[in-house]
Amino acid sequence: MQTWYFSEQSYQPAWNAVAGDVRINAASAVVDPEQAHRLLRRYIDEWVLADELGMNIMVNEHHATYTCMSVSCMLTLGILANRTKNARLLALGIPLLNRMDPFRIAEEVAYVDCMSGGRLEVGMIKGTPFELYVSNANPVNAMQRYWEAHDLVEQALSHKNGPFSWEGEHFDYRYVNVIPPCYQQPHPPLWLTTLSSSTAREAGRRGLVLAITASAPAARKAYPVYREEYLKTFGRPAGLDRFAFLGYVGIAKDRETGIARGQKVLDFVKATERTNQRFINPPGIMSIEDNARILRDGKTTSHRAKFLPDGRPVSPTPVAEEYIQNSVMFAGTPDDIVRQLRAFYDSCGGFGHFLMQMGGSLTAEETVESLELFAREVQPRLQEFGMKQADAA
Amino acid sequence: MNKLASGTFETSIIKVAGIDVEVWRAGAGRPLVFLHPGDGLEPSSDILQRLSTRYDVIAASHPGFGATARPAGITTVDDLAYFYLDFFSELKLRDVIMVGVSFGAWIAAEIATKCTEVLSRLVLADALGVKFADRMTREIADLFSVPQYEQARLLYQDGQKQNFSDWPEEQLLRLARNHQSFALFAWSPTLHNPKLRQRLHRIDIPTLVLWGAEDKVVSTEYGQLFAAAIPGAEFEVLHGAGHYAHIEAADGFMAAINRFAEGNSEAFN
Repeated sequence: MQTWYFSEQSYQPAWNAVAGDVRINAASAVVDPEQAHRLLRRYIDEWVLADELGMNIMVNEHHATYTCMSVSCMLTLGILANRTKNARLLALGIPLLNRMDPFRIAEEVAYVDCMSGGRLEVGMIKGTPFELYVSNANPVNAMQRYWEAHDLVEQALSHKNGPFSWEGEHFDYRYVNVIPPCYQQPHPPLWLTTLSSSTAREAGRRGLVLAITASAPAARKAYPVYREEYLKTFGRPAGLDRFAFLGYVGIAKDRETGIARGQKVLDFVKATERTNQRFINPPGIMSIEDNARILRDGKTTSHRAKFLPDGRPVSPTPVAEEYIQNSVMFAGTPDDIVRQLRAFYDSCGGFGHFLMQMGGSLTAEETVESLELFAREVQPRLQEFGMKQADAA
Repeated sequence: MNKLASGTFETSIIKVAGIDVEVWRAGAGRPLVFLHPGDGLEPSSDILQRLSTRYDVIAASHPGFGATARPAGITTVDDLAYFYLDFFSELKLRDVIMVGVSFGAWIAAEIATKCTEVLSRLVLADALGVKFADRMTREIADLFSVPQYEQARLLYQDGQKQNFSDWPEEQLLRLARNHQSFALFAWSPTLHNPKLRQRLHRIDIPTLVLWGAEDKVVSTEYGQLFAAAIPGAEFEVLHGAGHYAHIEAADGFMAAINRFAEGNSEAFN
């Protein structure tokens, strides 16, 4: 199994400075440009260290929020393409629903792949619903537009003999022509995130890498659906490299400190939950049935019930121990983490990529120490996970 | 005052230019076509019943609303306007009084800028759809930045949240689906068509613009601008009402339509 280091490039000082919303309505005046400058440089340095430690790298983007200052995967990866040497560079991802120019997405993908010498991997994701209020993209026909954009980017990256025209339902281009082309031919590996089984099936049919973020039940449900569809389409079983899981990590030499660091990582989750209710459910994203239920309840509630394995509901604010029980966080000593990951890995049929999220309110020193410890004592043992299964097969 | 009523009322399905459409029709007299707001047909059922004591009231669920599927090709308010022109032809309507409320008034204005051949009167109540202010001023409250269960606070003068807890599932599903379709048509540009203002001068039938005095979605000043952009249009404020004047000030709404419908259309020309 490969490890990918990920943090959201948060502007953490704002979480304490502001009581209310951290996105969309949030004031940029709260962000001190000098401090933002230092933090952004720090985050890049952490990824450079991850590269030196033999890890891969994952970045993302969000918009109009203190919780993620990365406004473009490809901007961050353009920097990392130069600052790193060996790491695979994963964008997870480019929010197709909120990026209205697929041609430009294709151009930037090809540029970064070329610049990095073919180290890029690209997740074209839907994007968070509340950011539809920022991009102003219509939520109601979102999935049709998503797949049209996806097809267009793939076609743009694959097409080599001069331009083609595209006159689709949502996008219209006279000349689509990406120069320079991708370093990896025809294009970098493509990823997709989802929590839904129907999208997992489509990912299997297309052979995309399926990433499940921070939901163990979703992984246990979606991975088998993907395997089934992949086998049906390609006539061979899907390799472990088709599956990824994102979890939070808190690590230290002793258990207490490791879990305390995990709790600091969860400060990020706590902040993201400070999103105004009016933005979390734009019309057309949830099903009609879910929206009828929400009308009856008179409040916007997630369709994802949050319970512990023994059936008790989770605490209202994130607690590291509960996240560990739910296999969303892997925290404690290196031995604890390997044991927790192994148990989850076996419960879902295995995956080839572990996307390790830290960040939150960890300090630079804590992050460096955590990365070094993980690289030294966890990563080598994770690499054995897949081999064991390959032997057994 | 009766907010969104949860009761059902009998509709039938007809076909117009290959599109299934749900229609409620009752009463006798001059044809009055009612175009409903973004939440669908049945919340306006009380005023429809009252109008049907005097007119031949024909009220369709816009394609994608109510009980019928939205055809894939119907994605814009422009499409809805052309659909209604087909609808008038299919039903062989003449001398129509066309009454639109909120989103329905936007559609009605679009229809009337295209063709008024079968129309004799136009009534626009608390209309959306036109941009008058500068580019950094939003003059139509964003109905999609408010959860559907909070909409009543904006729509009605009293500003109270509506309780849906005892509504039948079927009605909630319709309401939820209507809101989704409304968003497809009106999400962006936000609740307006940038082209509509420059087309309003084409409306060549007597027009009455009605406005709830306490409308929190579009102000009375906005209503006055709307009326001023339509040649010869009258403007009337209905007191004791917010955005849904047809529900909160139903008496005044009825009286205004009756007076206007009986007026001498020759005077307009």
